Amino acid sequence: MNELKTKIRIDNFNFYYGKKHALKNISMNVPEHRVTALIGPSGCGKSTFLRSLNRMNDLIEHTRCDGTVVVDNVNIYDDAIDVVELRKKIGMIFQRSNPFPKSIYDNVAYGPRINNIKEKKQLDEIVERSLIRAALWDEVKDDLSKSGLALSGGQQQRLCIARAVAVDPEILLMDEPASALDPLATTKIEELIHELKGKYTIVIVTHNMQQAARVSDFTAFFYMGEQIEFDETKKIFTMPGKKQTEDYITGRFG
Amino acid sequence: MIQKKILSASVSSATALSAFFILAIVAVVMGNIIIEGSSTITWEFLTGKPTEGMTQGGIFPAIFGTFLLVVIMSIIGVPIGTITAIYLTEYANQRSPFARLIRFAVNTLAGIPAIVFGLFGLGFFIQFVGSSMDKALMPAGQLRWGQPNILWASLTMAILTLPVVIVSVEEALKSVPRELREASLALGATKFETIWKIVLPNSLAGMLTGGILAVSRGAGEVAPILFTGAAYFLPKLPNSLSDQFMELGYHIYIMSTQSPDVEATRGIQYATTLVLLVLTFALNFSAIFLRYRVRKNMAH
Repeated sequence: MNELKTKIRIDNFNFYYGKKHALKNISMNVPEHRVTALIGPSGCGKSTFLRSLNRMNDLIEHTRCDGTVVVDNVNIYDDAIDVVELRKKIGMIFQRSNPFPKSIYDNVAYGPRINNIKEKKQLDEIVERSLIRAALWDEVKDDLSKSGLALSGGQQQRLCIARAVAVDPEILLMDEPASALDPLATTKIEELIHELKGKYTIVIVTHNMQQAARVSDFTAFFYMGEQIEFDETKKIFTMPGKKQTEDYITGRFG
Repeated sequence: MIQKKILSASVSSATALSAFFILAIVAVVMGNIIIEGSSTITWEFLTGKPTEGMTQGGIFPAIFGTFLLVVIMSIIGVPIGTITAIYLTEYANQRSPFARLIRFAVNTLAGIPAIVFGLFGLGFFIQFVGSSMDKALMPAGQLRWGQPNILWASLTMAILTLPVVIVSVEEALKSVPRELREASLALGATKFETIWKIVLPNSLAGMLTGGILAVSRGAGEVAPILFTGAAYFLPKLPNSLSDQFMELGYHIYIMSTQSPDVEATRGIQYATTLVLLVLTFALNFSAIFLRYRVRKNMAH
């Protein structure tokens, strides 16, 4: 683990919804160009933690946090941080695919256009490259003017991935990206995650332990707002260090 | 078992009966107006001026005045209402005293009887704003803005319809799923970019509907313009904001109460009512149609 470069360093991170202490003293080093899975039962705080990494929780009223989240040597909770710039660097894929009610092209071009890329040729290139990267190009290249909502569930989720990579993020946060998809579409997303990790640092929340075992290099197990264990996925699933982790992955609770 | 069946049957027939009752009322009202009014409606009636002490001739000045009234009202009221709704739903802290105060004001405004708006328009726009403008702009003793005119009537009407606009735009904005806002923000869009490029286009259907409902409400109200700009009879169309105007609802009112010969105007009254109804229905239908079209465009 030593030879891996740390992309996100979390130190003593706490998060509160009003009086509820949702995340307790979380510390971990997320390695660059690897897939880190967050697992744990519902309500354990894994999604809250994921949304803390691009400050999406800022949008919810009456929340607060302390501790640090350092991305490339910068604490993203520093007052001087521009959240908008931060989110360009850290893309997010949501549980329910949420393409805009626009064409496939306009969905992917949304982010670049916000970054003031207006030239048609350049946009065309970005759209094509992003769709290829999201393994959707071959299925949609003949009709990019079709509405994103007309695609199947799995295609919609890949469109959302294409939309996220179009702004050239360094990190991709995925919140149960395959939980609403059928097994075939899930397999496609998992293969895609495997390919994407060469270019991006990926943090993925999943309910599905087989999925965590299949796609991730590192796994963090959360329980009741605490990080019980964080280690290489191989190790978590073969020789967990904590009794609670073992109970969870062997299905004794959850 | 039998009792349950009887109960269920009687409830379903009772509900059907009351639904039928409402249909019947609409049919009687509409039928009466259409039968009595349609014979009077001719091209000359729609395009001509009232003549012979308003017992003959047409109602074009009233149609034109109504149209002008709702257009000016919309130009003023729809942007203000839309911006207020955007502030309330997107920017204001929902629990802040200021946002609560605005919401309270909007609800209060919605509950005020129309005639009170008319009196307000008379007192505020004509006697205060208008008189002050005359003192500042006109030679001493001359009256231009300190009297009823189409501008003051439209402004009064805009205030009356403001709650309709605000509430429907708010509903439209709230109907945009949180997922879409989050998707946009997660891509590094600012709040303003998200509102401008995602929230507003996706709530366009609702906003249009709100605007048109406000217009159709405005077109049907008489009380607010009673003291603020509507004229009993005008031989010519208004050609300045400081002119008075004729209006369909007001025309019906004066013909049925103020005319020297009410009986002689009966046909015109029915026909004018029919025109007003058709106008309001047309607006409502166009609201429904627009909403349908925009939704369809959004989905494909």
